[in-house]
Amino acid sequence: MATVISNERLAEGVYHLVVEGGNSGEMGQFYMLRAWGAYPLLSRPLSIHQVNDNGVEFLYHIVGEGTEILAGLNPGDPVELEGPFGTGFPQVEGKVALVGGGIGIAPLYYCAQKLPRSDIYLGFSREPFRTEAFRPLAAELTVDVGGLILDSVDFSAYDHIFVCGPHPMLKAAQLKGIALDTAGKRPDVYLSLENRMACGIGACLVCSVSCKDGQRKACADGPVFLAEEVLFHD
Amino acid sequence: MINTTATIAGVSFKNPIVMASGTFGFGREYGRLYDVSLLGGISGKGLTLHAKAGNPGIRVYETPSGMLNSVGLENPGVEAFLAKELPYWETLDTARIVNLGGNTLADYVLGAELIQRDADARLLAGKPAVDMIELNISCPNVKEGGIAFGIKTPAAQEVVRAVRAATSLPLAVKLSPNAEDIAEMAVMCEAEGADAVSLINTISGMKIDVRRRRSVFNNLYAGLSGPAIKPVALRMVHQVSRRVTIPVIGMGGITSATDIIEFIMAGATIIQVGTYNFMNLRAGSTLVEELQQFMEEENISSLDEIRGIV
Repeated sequence: MATVISNERLAEGVYHLVVEGGNSGEMGQFYMLRAWGAYPLLSRPLSIHQVNDNGVEFLYHIVGEGTEILAGLNPGDPVELEGPFGTGFPQVEGKVALVGGGIGIAPLYYCAQKLPRSDIYLGFSREPFRTEAFRPLAAELTVDVGGLILDSVDFSAYDHIFVCGPHPMLKAAQLKGIALDTAGKRPDVYLSLENRMACGIGACLVCSVSCKDGQRKACADGPVFLAEEVLFHD
Repeated sequence: MINTTATIAGVSFKNPIVMASGTFGFGREYGRLYDVSLLGGISGKGLTLHAKAGNPGIRVYETPSGMLNSVGLENPGVEAFLAKELPYWETLDTARIVNLGGNTLADYVLGAELIQRDADARLLAGKPAVDMIELNISCPNVKEGGIAFGIKTPAAQEVVRAVRAATSLPLAVKLSPNAEDIAEMAVMCEAEGADAVSLINTISGMKIDVRRRRSVFNNLYAGLSGPAIKPVALRMVHQVSRRVTIPVIGMGGITSATDIIEFIMAGATIIQVGTYNFMNLRAGSTLVEELQQFMEEENISSLDEIRGIV
């Protein structure tokens, strides 16, 4: 059992939760969180925003009953943490871009700490949040509100591009990577996928992702996948 | 000294707690969180003769006290299971149950034959083999087969008879609550030589996305599980256990020791735990401990004392 240290509202429906208890995890991994009894039935997977000596931090937005309950947590409240789970972003060398859309910026903060001096691109449809926390970690910080953040990224300028955001953005990033592939200058594009999960550990097969080599699990094989491996069906 | 053991067709269970198919993978993932050998048994992820990719689209949706799933039997196929997963099961000290599904009668029979052949070879080699086949005639989430066999007794009878002829391994038949008459189905299974019946599988259900004006599931319907279905499951276990002499394996929404005791009092010999594995990743170890404690508190020295007393 972990304890809530703070749970700060950053923007409309967006919160920054700091929890004392879990203190491990790699960039791109997640924890299963639960702060209720039997209902809602399932725990909620939240990606690691940052890990420090005492605990772990998350950014989340309210999408349903579980995150609604999380938003009501106060300092001192108990929260169940299981994790860290999943296969996250790789530790890489070379020129790196971190590209986040909306709440998709959540796992990129930890990446920015682990890969200092990366170029960071943060896109928001409405009110931006947490952008100033990223600034000291970035070689260059680009913030876009209301547009398409991927339009700001020159894929040919990077060796590695880490992307986390809404589904259409991930698909667009994959296409940009593939287009460059044919042009010769090819960065490794990694996507952090969001998917519904039940167990979070690879047993239930609820979060299956279609990949070139067959069905894989977002929770265990991912949530981070090499973009070219993923088959988007829609 | 509290005795939590049970026996079905010569297979002994150190306690009545078996992890239900589809909620426990093949045990490896949970094995990283606690010692799964403390469980009575594991019913592995439902297998079909050939690998299946499962259903596209949303696969899970929460309901009040339950969840709908539309995984669609994604699995590696019988042969891949025997080659890659059974060696892990060898290392466990718990009953090993293979859950076998199928699209056609021939698939069921060929699957059972493969499992039988492997078990024979293992026994010759002195290695632990599969202890029991749990025949799934009740998965509601595959378009062909599955549930089609599980609703009408004559169709189910054909499958049970054919699989019984194909294997000498202990055979449990997993029944669907969507069957026209689940008690009649159980009676048929006993007559055809099944060693046990397990019930219930998920209840066919639905969820509509009112903004998009369509079902959230590509397959339209999905299987409801979790505490929401416990009263229905308990009633069916009670009804069925009064009609058959073979053991009943009860399941449906179990999340506590008292839930287990309810199923045993309704007539179940052992029980299975499914959805609770998602609510509490350490459900197995939690329940083993709670059951022991509850039996001590209630002065129940053996489950035989209370089985079917209601």
